[in-house]
Amino acid sequence: MSASVLYDAPGPRARVRNRIYGAVSVLAIVGLVAFVIQRLDTTGQFQAGLWEAYEYTDTQHRILDGLLTTLKTFGIAALLSLALGALLATARLSDHRPVRWTATVVVEFFRAMPLLIMIFLLYAAVFTNDPMWALVIGLTLYNGSVQAEIFRSGINAVAKGQSEAAHALGLRKTQVMVHVLVPQAVRSMLPSIISQLVVTLKDTALGFIILYEELLFVGKAFAAQTQPVNGVYAFIPMVIVFGSIYILLCLALSGVATWIERRTKRSRKGAPPAPPVAVDLGTGGSGVVNP
Amino acid sequence: MNVLSDHFAEFREGFLGTVELTASSALLALVLGILIAGFRVSPVPALRAFGTAWVTLLRNTPLVLLFLAVTLGLPALGLKGWDSFWLAVLALGCYTSAFVCEAVRSGINTVPVGQAEAARSIGMTFTQTLGQIVLPQAARTAIPPIGSLMIALAKNTAIASGFNVAELAALQKQLNADEGYNIYVIFLWIALCYLIITFAISGLFRLLESRLAVTR
Repeated sequence: MSASVLYDAPGPRARVRNRIYGAVSVLAIVGLVAFVIQRLDTTGQFQAGLWEAYEYTDTQHRILDGLLTTLKTFGIAALLSLALGALLATARLSDHRPVRWTATVVVEFFRAMPLLIMIFLLYAAVFTNDPMWALVIGLTLYNGSVQAEIFRSGINAVAKGQSEAAHALGLRKTQVMVHVLVPQAVRSMLPSIISQLVVTLKDTALGFIILYEELLFVGKAFAAQTQPVNGVYAFIPMVIVFGSIYILLCLALSGVATWIERRTKRSRKGAPPAPPVAVDLGTGGSGVVNP
Repeated sequence: MNVLSDHFAEFREGFLGTVELTASSALLALVLGILIAGFRVSPVPALRAFGTAWVTLLRNTPLVLLFLAVTLGLPALGLKGWDSFWLAVLALGCYTSAFVCEAVRSGINTVPVGQAEAARSIGMTFTQTLGQIVLPQAARTAIPPIGSLMIALAKNTAIASGFNVAELAALQKQLNADEGYNIYVIFLWIALCYLIITFAISGLFRLLESRLAVTR
């Protein structure tokens, strides 16, 4: 902590004080956790009857089905949104003004809309009895626009001399993009792209609201069917189990992002003097800040 | 016939509902976020661990699941009698607080250590250093990302429509179900309402940014 902006390296008195604060906060946190557990216990959330259904293979199959549905939706939406993002980013970087403006309007509009409003529209007007496609297309439009902004800022962050040099060598616009700009930009963009994919994964849970049978819907339906034990419904066990599944999925995906980030950093160190790539990208308007 | 003029009262109610929901959750998110950020940068390991756990759990949970946890979980734990509006504020506020915390923390981290060292060397106390040197600089870095978080929050309030809160998305769902109106027209009006709210927030933050701007 000696290098912190906020605190000087502690002297003997500060160290004693910090130790007291530490003890008090440990007590407070333990007290809080104990209170929550005690509350869960007195309201009967730990009764075996509420949990034993998770041991049945039938239940596990249903959860697995829900998980697969969520992953399938996420997979399709992720691929489509990356494709749409690439398309929109290319259009926004185009030399032709009408193309650029159209893409800008599209990107800004879909980024400004709440995703759920889009999904309600698609579900009511286009995919009336196919909630999956309402969800997938809604996710694609929203996340595609956000990804487009990530791609664009990544391409813009490549040092200008790179494209100038490529043009000077006689490469065409497409060649400059494909052979020079994109390979360099992808490296710096990957962490942002993947954190947006985590957002996409989390947003598949919106399907719950239009009654699409993804993981969360399965959980709620399952908890509602479980026989209440002594008047206690199985909702809290459901939230704990399904919450853990979602958190693990998202952590796994963000783990991939940090792994890639570390790998690209390492390889850059070993490579011959590479041009400085601007490290700091915008967060693409999604408001997600990497830890 | 026009949807807006036929249902003007509902539109006004929905609009105000969304605005109230956004404002209340923003307040909760800012207070909690700054508090947790304080925990995460404190010299006390237990508080840092608590802050990290809070941020990791909330950032990786879908907001819909959080809504479910709050609306079904709290009554089951004996906290009965909460209005669905305040339950929604709780879910939205806690969720956004994790992101606010990260924005504030990275704002603090961008202040060069030399600034604080210089302040200490001219004899400023901890409170003076914090209040006059570190936080004013950190706030300038943290305000733009907090602005985009507040816009994201305004958009996220739409999820409350699935949990019995009267706001714009719920109105859209209800009007879509009433036969007779063009669904796209309904969408455009609802979209316009959201655009007004998000533009107001981004204008507010741009104003704040230009007011606070200094040459560094």
